[in-house]
Amino acid sequence: MGMKSDIRLIDDNGLRIDGRLPNQLRPIKMEVGVVKRADGSAYIEWGGNKIIAAVYGPREAYPKHVQESDRAIVRARYNMAAFSVDERKRPGPDRRSVELSKVISEALTSAIFVEKFPRTAIDVYIEVLQADAGTRVAGITVASLALADAGIPMRDLIVGCAAGKVDDVVVLDLNKEEDNFGQADVPMAILPRTGEIALLQMDGDLTYDELTNAMEMAIDAAKKIYDMEIETLKAKYGGDVNEQ
Amino acid sequence: MSSKFTEGVVAESKRSYIHKLASEGTRIDGRDFDEVRTIKIKTGFIQRADGSALVELGDTKVLVGVKIEPGEPFPDTPDMGIMTTNVELVPLASPTFEPGPPSEEAIELARVVDRGIRESHTIDMEKLVIEEGEKVWVVFIDMHVLDYHGNLFDACGIAALAALNDATVPAERFGFGEDFKLPIIHYPVPVTFAKIGEWIVADPNLDEESIASARLTVTTNEEEKVNAMQKGLFGTFTYEEVKKSINRSLSIGKQVRKIILGDENGKEN
Repeated sequence: MGMKSDIRLIDDNGLRIDGRLPNQLRPIKMEVGVVKRADGSAYIEWGGNKIIAAVYGPREAYPKHVQESDRAIVRARYNMAAFSVDERKRPGPDRRSVELSKVISEALTSAIFVEKFPRTAIDVYIEVLQADAGTRVAGITVASLALADAGIPMRDLIVGCAAGKVDDVVVLDLNKEEDNFGQADVPMAILPRTGEIALLQMDGDLTYDELTNAMEMAIDAAKKIYDMEIETLKAKYGGDVNEQ
Repeated sequence: MSSKFTEGVVAESKRSYIHKLASEGTRIDGRDFDEVRTIKIKTGFIQRADGSALVELGDTKVLVGVKIEPGEPFPDTPDMGIMTTNVELVPLASPTFEPGPPSEEAIELARVVDRGIRESHTIDMEKLVIEEGEKVWVVFIDMHVLDYHGNLFDACGIAALAALNDATVPAERFGFGEDFKLPIIHYPVPVTFAKIGEWIVADPNLDEESIASARLTVTTNEEEKVNAMQKGLFGTFTYEEVKKSINRSLSIGKQVRKIILGDENGKEN
């Protein structure tokens, strides 16, 4: 946030740099079952983001001391490919990806019936192949699809979405320029059926009203993305995915 | 489901006791839900640092040292100084801390404190340029946890702000003119909440933290702007709970800011 620039992010007609309205999502495409070797997998294109996720498990957790006697542990690993950003990223975990992996693991845990699989690990690998802002929320969304594809029992699908502020306007789903030169970003993930918030971060400079406006925008959009998730699963499996 | 910090510390019986107290509107140490523990701040504790603060938040103790050195600016911000933030969870502070490279808990903690300071523009970075594009002042904020009794997010955030507010840029030492006070223009204060059963309490102590289902840190500044938020742990919050927590953070943050800036009791020198 907060890099200074003379770039205008909102034009005289109130449109954004990519022509969107303030509360408009970027185009989203989803697919499940893209990694044959994995227990479950999914792929998402969200604006310029291209992210693939695969699930392995529940499987016996190693090393043994990480096992929990009353539940599965969920280990999400958020990883960016070296070529996913303009300037080559050094491969391997950095401080940002360690933090994101932690909050994504915690958010996914809240949706999974982890108590059904004591002493196991559910490994969720999220590979960002191309990044265009909003990778953590797109990543958690595609991870949720991969978990469903793996048949892991969940209370609900989980949906990520972000909102923020650019040129003093609260907007939904920031793209790269907006993220670089904007004033705030509020990434969220929710369980749409109950409206529970499983992931929430924020950085920038927002009044209470701007912040609540942004959160409400992201929550509303998450419900649309939820419908897309359900359609994607139906396309592969048929039937009503909400039936238990 | 406890955090790695506190695993196994609190027995199941304590959980039900804390829940019972919460249902009666009180807490294990007798505080109100919005009451933070006693804050003690000692600035200038480390004379070799350019700014420092030893902060006690109840029994939690954190020492922050600020070091300021000349360095190269980032290519995309040639006209601004640089800050970096690091936390060390040294094993002397808790039986659950282990030696070695920073854990994910330490990284998250440092990054949340960093976001509050960076996004609120606490330091006037434009005043930290020695020669544009060539040399700027680099502010290193190093946080050392000395005694862990819960809520490191707030203890570290308070100590970092107090240490920055205490800091002097050592220009003379490096031959760049006279020393000057590190320019501080905003005052972000983090307030962390723990969800315990259906209740949400501010500034959780170790017992409360170890049974909390979810955690939310909200950092606000003196202009009533929100600069950073971070939700943690395996539980969830409703939207109403989040909104209430933001409002509570604004009012609790105001009181804590007074203590940090020495306008109220708590400051020792």
